[in-house]
Order: sequence, then structure tokens, then C-alpha cells
Amino acid sequence: MTDLAVRPARVWPKPPRIVLHAFLVIVSLGWIFPIAWAIYNSFRDYSYTAQNGYVSFGGFTIKNYLNAWTQGDFGIHFWNSLVITAPAVIVTLFLACCVGFVLSRFSFRFNLSLLAIFLAANLLPPQSLLIPVYRMFRSTELPFWLSDSGSLLNSPIGVILMNIAFQLGFCTFVLSNYMKTIPNEIYESARVDGASVTRQFFQLTLPLCRPPLAALATLQVTWVYNEFFWAVVLIQRGDKLPITSSLGNLQGQFFTDYNLLSAGSVLVMLPVLIIFFALQKQFVSGLTLGATKG
Amino acid sequence: MTAQSEIAPARAADPPPDKPRRARNQKVRKLTRTDLIVVSVMVAVPTLLVLVLVWFPAVATVALSFTNWNGIGALSSIKAIGADNYTNVATNYPPFWPALQHNLLWLAVLFVVATPFGMFLAVLLDKEIKGSRVYQTAFYLPVIMSLALVGFVWQLIYSRDQGILNAVLGTQIDWYGDSSINLWAALVAASWKHVGYIMLLYLAGLKAVDPSLREAAMIDGANERQAFFRVIFPVMRPINIIVLVITVIEALRAFDLVYVINKGRNGLETIATLVTQNVVGEASRVGFGSAMATIMLVISSIFVAIYLTIVMREERQK
Repeated sequence: MTDLAVRPARVWPKPPRIVLHAFLVIVSLGWIFPIAWAIYNSFRDYSYTAQNGYVSFGGFTIKNYLNAWTQGDFGIHFWNSLVITAPAVIVTLFLACCVGFVLSRFSFRFNLSLLAIFLAANLLPPQSLLIPVYRMFRSTELPFWLSDSGSLLNSPIGVILMNIAFQLGFCTFVLSNYMKTIPNEIYESARVDGASVTRQFFQLTLPLCRPPLAALATLQVTWVYNEFFWAVVLIQRGDKLPITSSLGNLQGQFFTDYNLLSAGSVLVMLPVLIIFFALQKQFVSGLTLGATKG
Repeated sequence: MTAQSEIAPARAADPPPDKPRRARNQKVRKLTRTDLIVVSVMVAVPTLLVLVLVWFPAVATVALSFTNWNGIGALSSIKAIGADNYTNVATNYPPFWPALQHNLLWLAVLFVVATPFGMFLAVLLDKEIKGSRVYQTAFYLPVIMSLALVGFVWQLIYSRDQGILNAVLGTQIDWYGDSSINLWAALVAASWKHVGYIMLLYLAGLKAVDPSLREAAMIDGANERQAFFRVIFPVMRPINIIVLVITVIEALRAFDLVYVINKGRNGLETIATLVTQNVVGEASRVGFGSAMATIMLVISSIFVAIYLTIVMREERQK
């Protein structure tokens, strides 16, 4: 970078560099291939590929997308995903900010153990908690305006709660670490001015935490959207499943038409791809922020 | 992160290193009554949520694993039967040992193939090369996809009649269906995602390593490989351990991918799918399923403990 000016106008890369680049080009093309293949075939007509085989070129159409959307009930499933993801991410981040704030600002004797309780919860295998959670949710009665199944089972609220419980640890850890870097003098002067803890939290801490919150929000939206297990076991009605968990159902409906299946996959991929390319910086910094996600 | 360096000088002037925390943070006792209530609520609500939804179920699972509950009767009908469930799992349940083997194989492949390859890519990309960002994007594209979707996308490659793999090889293999090879097919797909994640973690780790360390090693006559394995790799110890823990937990949790392929049957059984089948499926054998769930819990808690030790040690040093 720095010696650009003194470098001769044109230098051919040394042979090892070429080998390195060739290697990286081949491997990264191989890496993208499964996704590219799905996108490619999603735009092709089934009868064309049936006749000419998949290793061919031509028969382009967008019909698959229209068919996948209607046959797979994508409208409903995307809506279900939104209903679960948006509240789960917002509540997780808010609660994580609360705990992070207290952990970073006040000295309790059990500060570290509290953090450990949150962090470890993040890493336990969800399947091992299934039995009690399932029974608990089934026997928790909810009014019908809140859940039309009458309990936490078969209700988006149950899935939202489990997502919050599992994501809180990571977010709390990242946020409390970030909040520790906020200089104490700021709070000192706020206290002198008579600002209550509530005001300190909402008017000082939260605005200052915008960078980690942006990174975490990006990451959390992706993770909750991608969450598969809890939705599959806690929601038994097919039409209530979020899009990621309804993938299994789509399989049967698209059983022989792989072009349709490709279009379906691309549709499911689309939201995360958009988030990823639009917010790549936040995304990557979020992943390495805590370097802790299991 | 910039704020850290700004406050560093102020902290250097603080009293002895074991005191600054207390001096810096406000003590709870000094709070007004309203503030105390606010602070308590801020901690209590999330803590309660995690305790009720994660820790209570974890303890309950362990307790249920020593009972004969079938999930239908009232809670009062639960009878303790000692370690019978565990004996049954080990001796009387054919899918258990294959499933455990599958989990171990999963771990072995992630650990021996995917993790080192991710690290290798990170080392290559850490050099100042043109287009490093483009390569990186290609490698962590699979990371943003759910494992369920990964299983789905690879179906287009593995399908017996319509997959490209058979078209290229000229074979008629049902990669996802044949119980002697479908685990390997699933592992290729799982590794595809794992590699990108590991690469990302090591890229961050490598950036944090002081470059003068490597230079010093090179001056001392070490070649690039020696410099990496003898100097840089040991320095990245915290990252190494985090990667180890993530890999183990990932292998133990293996569920989404196999569930999407065939609900985890016919060669793709893992402990996680067996637990799920015993609870949600037609036969609701709660005590029995809990015994397997407890085995999962015990294994994972060992690694969670290792992980927490590392993280907490770093926390205390801050």
C-alpha cells in the first residue's frame, strides 16, 4: 500500500502469486457453484431440461418463480417469518442492552456469573431442552386473541420466546463489552445533573451503542430467519411455519421438478442475500465482534 | 473500539490494578429507590427468561431421564426408575450407537478437514493480495444460509435423476438416499458452510496478531510454514479454543441438515434427531428421550465450561 509511488509502473506478479491466485479462483468458483447452479436452473423450463439434460444451455423462463411462489404458499410463510423475526430481534436487542448496561455500569458480586448464565445458555444443544419446553408450552394457556391455538404451542409467540432466550447470551456479551468502553466521565456528569438511571440508559448508552447494535441486528435477523429447529417442533400446523422450517414441506410438493425446487431455494435465500450484500460490513464485524457464536 | 484507547491513559493513573473496577463503576448501594427498582427490573426480566426457558428445562431433562414418564399421564404419575433409561439406550435401542458414530464422524470431518481448510484459506487471504475481499465473499456466502437451505441447495447436485453430480460422473447414485454414502454427502454440504465460518474467525484472529512476531521469526531464519506453526498459531490460542468449541458443538447439534434430507433416518441418524423422534414422533417416550438428551447435555457442558473459562479469564483481565 505505502510503496505504491516507488513501485515501477508495471510488475508482473511472481510465479507463486499466480499459483496462489489460480488456486483461490478455482476454489472460490467451486464454492459459489452450488448457489450459482441453483440460480441458473431456477430460470430454466422443466421440459427443456428434461429433454436436453441439466448440463445444457437454454430454455430460460421465470415461470418457476411464479409457480414456486403459489404452490409453496410463499406469501404466508414469508409473513410468518416476519412475524417471528421482527419481534424476536427487537426484544432480544433491547433486553441484551438492559443486561449489558447493568453489567457494565454497576458492580455486583455476581456480575461474572450472571454473564456466564447467559453465555452458556447460548451454547446448549436446543434438542436437549425440547421435552420440558414442549410440555411447558403446551400447558401454558393463552387467550385466543394472542394465540389462536390457545397455548404457546403452535403459536409464533412460543418460537419468538425460544429465539430470544437462545440469542440473549451472545448479544449481552457483545453489548456489555462495548458498553465498558464508554468513558465513565460521561455518566459522572449525567449523574451530577441529576439524570436517573432510566435517562442515562435511554439518552446516553443506547445512542452510543449504535455501531454494535447495527452489527448485531444484521446478524440476528439472519440467525432468527434461519432458525429451523424450534419452529419445526413447536409449530405443527404447516401453514403457520416460517419459511426456513417449511422447506421440508416444499420438498414433497416439488418432488420431481428440480427447476421449481431451485426457484424455491433462491426465493428463500433472497432475504439473507440482500441483507448480506447491503450490510456486508456490519455482518462481518458482527460475526467477529464476539467471535463466540456457536 | 476507539473509545478504549481514549480512556486508557486515565485508567493508568488509577489506583492499583485490583481496584479500578470498583472505582470506575457505580455501587448499587448509592442508588435512589427508583433507580434501584429500574436496575433490578433490567436484570431480572432477561435473567428470568433465560432461567425459565433454558436452565429449568436443562435441569428438568436430567431429572426426567431417571423416570419412566410416558408423557401422557399426570405429573404425579412419574416414577423414578434409576438408570434404567440409560441401560436401555445403550443396550436395547439399535439406532443409538450408529447415531453416536455419525456424530463422531461429523466431528472428525469438521475437525480434520473443514476446520484446517478454513484456517488455510484464512492464512492465504491474510496476505495482501488483490481481490481478497471478493474471495472472502465467495467463501462466506454459505455461512449466511441456514443449514436447512444448504441441504436443499445440495439436493440439486446430489439428486439421482436430475443432479449434476451423476450427470458428470455418468452414474446413477442416490447420494442422499443410499444409506452407505448419504452421511458423507451430508458432510460435504455441512463442511461447505463450516469452512467459511472458520475462515472468518481466523482472519479476524490473524489481523490481531502483531506482525512483528512473524517478521522476527523470519529474520531468525524460519520459513513461512515454521513461522506460522511455531509462532503465530500458538499466539492465537484463544481463537483456537473457541474454534474447537464451536466445531464440537456444531457436530453435536447436527440436526437441521439431516432433518431436511430425510428426517434423520436411514443412515442419517444423529443423537439430536433421535431425541426429537422420541418426543415429538408417534412414540412419546419422555424418560427415554431425556436420557439421550442428557448425554448430549453432559458432552456439551464440558465444552461450554472450557469456553466459559477462556472468556471469563479474558473478561477479568479487562
